[in-house]
Amino acid sequence: MSPTPPHSYRRLRDEADRRRREVAESALPKIHIGMATCGIAAGAQETRTAFEEALAEAGAQALIRAVGCCGHCYAEPVVVIDHPQSGFPPIFYPEVNAGKARMLAKLFIKEGDPRLEHILGATVANELIPSVMEFPRFSLEHRLIMQRCGRIDPEDIYDYIAEGGYAALADALARRPEDIIGAVTRSGLRGRGGAGFPTGRKWALAREAADPEKYVICNADEGDPGAYMDRTLLESNPHQVIEGMVIGAHAVGAGRGIIYVRAEYPLAVRILTRAVEHAREFGLLGRGILGSALDFDIEVFQGSGAFVCGEETALIRSIEGFRGMPVHRPPYPAVAGLGGRPTLINNVKTLASVPVILQDGVDAFRAVGTAQSPGTAVFSVVGSVVHPGLVEVPMGTSLRTLIFDICGGVPRKKKFKAVQIGGPSGGYLSEAHLDTPIDFDSLAQAGAMMGSGGMVVMDEDACLVDVSRFFLDFTQKESCGKCTFCRIGTRHLLEILERLTRGEGREGDLEMLQELSEDVRSGSLCGLGKTAPNPVLTSLRYFREDYEAHVREKRCPGKMCRPLIAYYIDLAKCARGCNACEGCCPVDAVFITHDRKRGIDQAKCVKCGECVVACPPEYDAVRRVSPPHLAPIVERPPAEEKDA
Amino acid sequence: MASGGKTTVAFFDNDAELSLTAEEAAAFDGLKAKLAGWGRERGRLIPMLQLVQDRLAYLHPVAIRLVSEHLEISASEVYGVATFYNQFRFNPPGRHPIKVCLGTACHVKGGEIILENFERKLQIKDGQTTADREFSIDRVACVGCCALAPVAIVGESLYGKMQPSKVEGIVLRVKIEKEQQERTARRHEPDPPAQLPPASG
Repeated sequence: MSPTPPHSYRRLRDEADRRRREVAESALPKIHIGMATCGIAAGAQETRTAFEEALAEAGAQALIRAVGCCGHCYAEPVVVIDHPQSGFPPIFYPEVNAGKARMLAKLFIKEGDPRLEHILGATVANELIPSVMEFPRFSLEHRLIMQRCGRIDPEDIYDYIAEGGYAALADALARRPEDIIGAVTRSGLRGRGGAGFPTGRKWALAREAADPEKYVICNADEGDPGAYMDRTLLESNPHQVIEGMVIGAHAVGAGRGIIYVRAEYPLAVRILTRAVEHAREFGLLGRGILGSALDFDIEVFQGSGAFVCGEETALIRSIEGFRGMPVHRPPYPAVAGLGGRPTLINNVKTLASVPVILQDGVDAFRAVGTAQSPGTAVFSVVGSVVHPGLVEVPMGTSLRTLIFDICGGVPRKKKFKAVQIGGPSGGYLSEAHLDTPIDFDSLAQAGAMMGSGGMVVMDEDACLVDVSRFFLDFTQKESCGKCTFCRIGTRHLLEILERLTRGEGREGDLEMLQELSEDVRSGSLCGLGKTAPNPVLTSLRYFREDYEAHVREKRCPGKMCRPLIAYYIDLAKCARGCNACEGCCPVDAVFITHDRKRGIDQAKCVKCGECVVACPPEYDAVRRVSPPHLAPIVERPPAEEKDA
Repeated sequence: MASGGKTTVAFFDNDAELSLTAEEAAAFDGLKAKLAGWGRERGRLIPMLQLVQDRLAYLHPVAIRLVSEHLEISASEVYGVATFYNQFRFNPPGRHPIKVCLGTACHVKGGEIILENFERKLQIKDGQTTADREFSIDRVACVGCCALAPVAIVGESLYGKMQPSKVEGIVLRVKIEKEQQERTARRHEPDPPAQLPPASG
């Protein structure tokens, strides 16, 4: 008796459906709490405990389920309550802290009052409460990869199967590998790691390599500070990635898989490890997967924190137990990778796209996005926006739609200044580029790049010289040291930028930055060095006036570079009786004279900005100026008391 | 290593410098036994170092020697790999490690100022541990909750939307909690066991 893959799958699916029905039919209220890393950071664990305690106190019963992250970071901790007996549809509650949780447990779960003032909306269309699906933050998104994130329990494999998970695999196992590669090629899927290499071509290369032993590696070494979609996906829906890997293994003929995930993501590591074990128990990994002839197993490898290991050849060196230094390509890993064997290496989102393509069909996938870049792109939009978080949009969506319509634009009536796309390897785009469609080619043309998908929005108070210095500081530290231009060039770039932010810029520095950037770009082997100067080059191109103000006037237009600013207290506005600024100052720089003039001791001030926050808004007396000599001087009276 | 006035033993026959207390030697014996069950392929190196750091919180020179002997590669080769990666540390962290996030979003929102405040408060620089081993400060590149920027992690707790003025309170809270614990411990155990008294904070 050897069951075929569709049969084995049917059995799993029936069981999953039965469990799903059981939950759906139960009259118990269901409380879904988003408990990925970001939710826990925002206090989801306390929320959960509060629900449990309050339910026990009130003598009410409910089913509490930990789900993944839905990407709405601004609303964390997110709770969705489905209380069928109350007559209300499932409701999405934002920012549920412990207190709110206790209140909801008592008033909604027990007494049936949903406390409408605390809701964001219903999760499905209905006649009582507006559905969140009509809000731009939801309706303008198009979720293919993150469809199930925040809806299923990542630690329950049945939950994924009930949503149609692993159906694409069962289907694929019954098809010839060439057909699957053909479908992936026709879908036009491009590597979601940032470079946008056609996935189908990579798979075909690995398939053609004549070697009985091949590997599939999932690249989850998400090192860009500011991007966290891979982590979210692995924490919220690990099985979709595993399914993509098994399909890849069947297509190229691999027997071993490795998921290379950052050790800095302990929760992702834990959830993935469990998911792999579950998949093995269910015959979705191991020998004879779903009764087919495919033998394939996955191990989870923890990366140890080197940005350069996101580069595929460096990643392979790291798995082999060496320093993660990139090597020359060709030969590409698809021909000679791990241990010299053909290795298919894809990003998390690329692999997660594969089951979607096979299940919905190539045409459905191509219908989303642009002709050259079909499908969707996932961005983590952070910085000065009203609704930060993870956003999945069709390729080709304009930056304006993404930043202003979906994420709510810049808060506090500030002006938009720039958006930084792609982290340390990406670039800045200015207001003039807001109508640029987001896809691999348009972004590259404008000087930015898709990269990791990290997106930081900056308002008028941002200093691009300082942010460029920040990125260079990062890439300079992360340079593996193999190529001279990357190792020493980035160091010199950083030194010049540091000089500028200290107000010691010289004539000729900008030309030097430009020239050196181009040299680093052409003299480096891997993506890290080739793209490291991008932040400098694009900011020089689009925001040259920022640099010039630093060099010529020793002034920081964004008032960010601390050596170039000073704080002072506007005596015309200061209440003089209140002590807020003095009390909050960490270095005792704020003082008061005998005639009750308040001043800031510039020699002591560390320019942390605490006094600005502390000053009551009705006075709003603390001012920030650049260059520092604009601050009026108030003499500090000699210190009189000297107590310990 | 501070031996605390105890007798020390040389862990390796040929190296008197790496001398340890009996307790430490026992810990390393345990580690050695654990490593013995692992294969000797080079690919095991990083997982092994991770295991060591997991058990000891840092890479002690003796542990590096153990790994190098097990894999039959030189200790300098092991150091070469270990120092390449940010995850590994070579000095013991404090009991309350402080990690200040300096990812892009945290930088834009003033993470550097938070770091400076911790440094000023504790009188150590990032990468260092206080003399009483209570606190250590490290900068980390993105903990993945950018919407809560700026972020700091103290021990197990994460503090989002940090402000410079919160720093003092956080440090104080840890110290007060520790004092409370000590007080209750003293109350329950009238005869303190003969062990190293923890340095006063």
